[in-house]
Amino acid sequence: MSPRLSRRQIAWRVAQDIADGAYVNLGIGMPEMVSDHLPEDREVIFHSENGILGMGPAPAPGHEDYDIINAGKKPVTLLPGGAYFHHTDSFAMIRGGHIDICVLGAFQVSATGDLANWSTGAPGAVPAVGGAMDLAVGAKRVLVMSLHTTRDGAPKLVERCTYPLTGLGVVSAIYTDLAVIDVTDEGLVVRELIGGMEFDELRGLTGAPLGLANDWRPLTAPDLG
Amino acid sequence: MIDKRVASLNQAVAGIGDGATILINGFGESGCPTELVHALIDQGAKGLTVVSNNAGDGPIGLAALIRAGRVGKMICSFPRTQYGDAFRELYARGEIELEIVAQGTLTERIRAAGAGIGAFYTPTTAGTPLAEGKETRNLGGRDQVLEYPLAADFALVKAERADRWGNLVYNKSARNFGPSMCMAAATTIVQARKIVELGAIEPEHVVTPGIFVDRVVEVPNPISEREAIQKEAVGS
Repeated sequence: MSPRLSRRQIAWRVAQDIADGAYVNLGIGMPEMVSDHLPEDREVIFHSENGILGMGPAPAPGHEDYDIINAGKKPVTLLPGGAYFHHTDSFAMIRGGHIDICVLGAFQVSATGDLANWSTGAPGAVPAVGGAMDLAVGAKRVLVMSLHTTRDGAPKLVERCTYPLTGLGVVSAIYTDLAVIDVTDEGLVVRELIGGMEFDELRGLTGAPLGLANDWRPLTAPDLG
Repeated sequence: MIDKRVASLNQAVAGIGDGATILINGFGESGCPTELVHALIDQGAKGLTVVSNNAGDGPIGLAALIRAGRVGKMICSFPRTQYGDAFRELYARGEIELEIVAQGTLTERIRAAGAGIGAFYTPTTAGTPLAEGKETRNLGGRDQVLEYPLAADFALVKAERADRWGNLVYNKSARNFGPSMCMAAATTIVQARKIVELGAIEPEHVVTPGIFVDRVVEVPNPISEREAIQKEAVGS
């Protein structure tokens, strides 16, 4: 079996593609790990939908303030230079195209960059969307961070999403435990492939047609324990 | 003389009738006016439509209002919470109606109501199930969905400081929906941790100008939803 990146290694890989000076929103769950792995030479301003710019790391135990929380409602801190603002302004930043990069999780991504990440459509489940649909249409680049397949081995990259959509044609790139894939006008194009895996093997784990970039490279990440 | 201060929580929620539409601030418990919500439970109004980002968590606050059967309809973006049994159970039994609204659309609809805007188009939800049944137009090269303002009879908001004219400042990210909700209700009711003299809030620092506020009640030490959840966990 080919090696796969750990979740932390995927977070590290996403972080390498966040440019110095970017305004970034991290979705709930796996994307929250991205901020731990930014290269030290980059100054990045994190936005939280509930009205924070300049969001810092979690506070030391005992210093939690539940009026400074992230989108996942976990306590965070405010860096010097940070600001608070109200929800309508916060979503003007999101919808108005002021956020450079948003990193989101996904249930499915389609060949044309459609994103499904808010509902499995299961009967009886309480539907909940939060800010996902605003982030999907509003951020300049939407990066998806996800395992390549489901727990049962089914592809998460598919020809067409079968789960309810979050946004149509919104995803710019996909970072998985096996590959880094760009969504282009020509479809999904593999930019990096995990070492030891043949391209055809990746194709077999993917439900949408894949191209291979001429300048593709092996996907690597440091051992993060 | 203008004096929006009221002496008690009961007076603050007076006049909220059955069937009222109520905006309740909060992102989770942060900014949630829990004492006003409990005064509303005591007051007895029922058949309420509540607009709030979430649908309550744990044993107190909005969850308690829902558990008491007072809410006929929730309009929110994210009703799923870790201890959100109250909403979950009523929803499973079909005893509470749910309108899911994307979070940015929710806050913009509230703002639009306060700002006298008749409707607006937004790219959010275009092509998704949440746009079904709504007019979609291609504007500026993208599909955009028609959304209507969300006005209310009452707004319940928590602030950090207020004065007798109703000027408000908030605490950190507890501000969240407060400024938009204060604008959008016929009657806006605020619980503030401290009521200060006129002029004590630096004019440059006023976040919500008093014109948007009708009643202010002081609640110096608001209860914590999280601590109530922890206490319940210890007690059971």
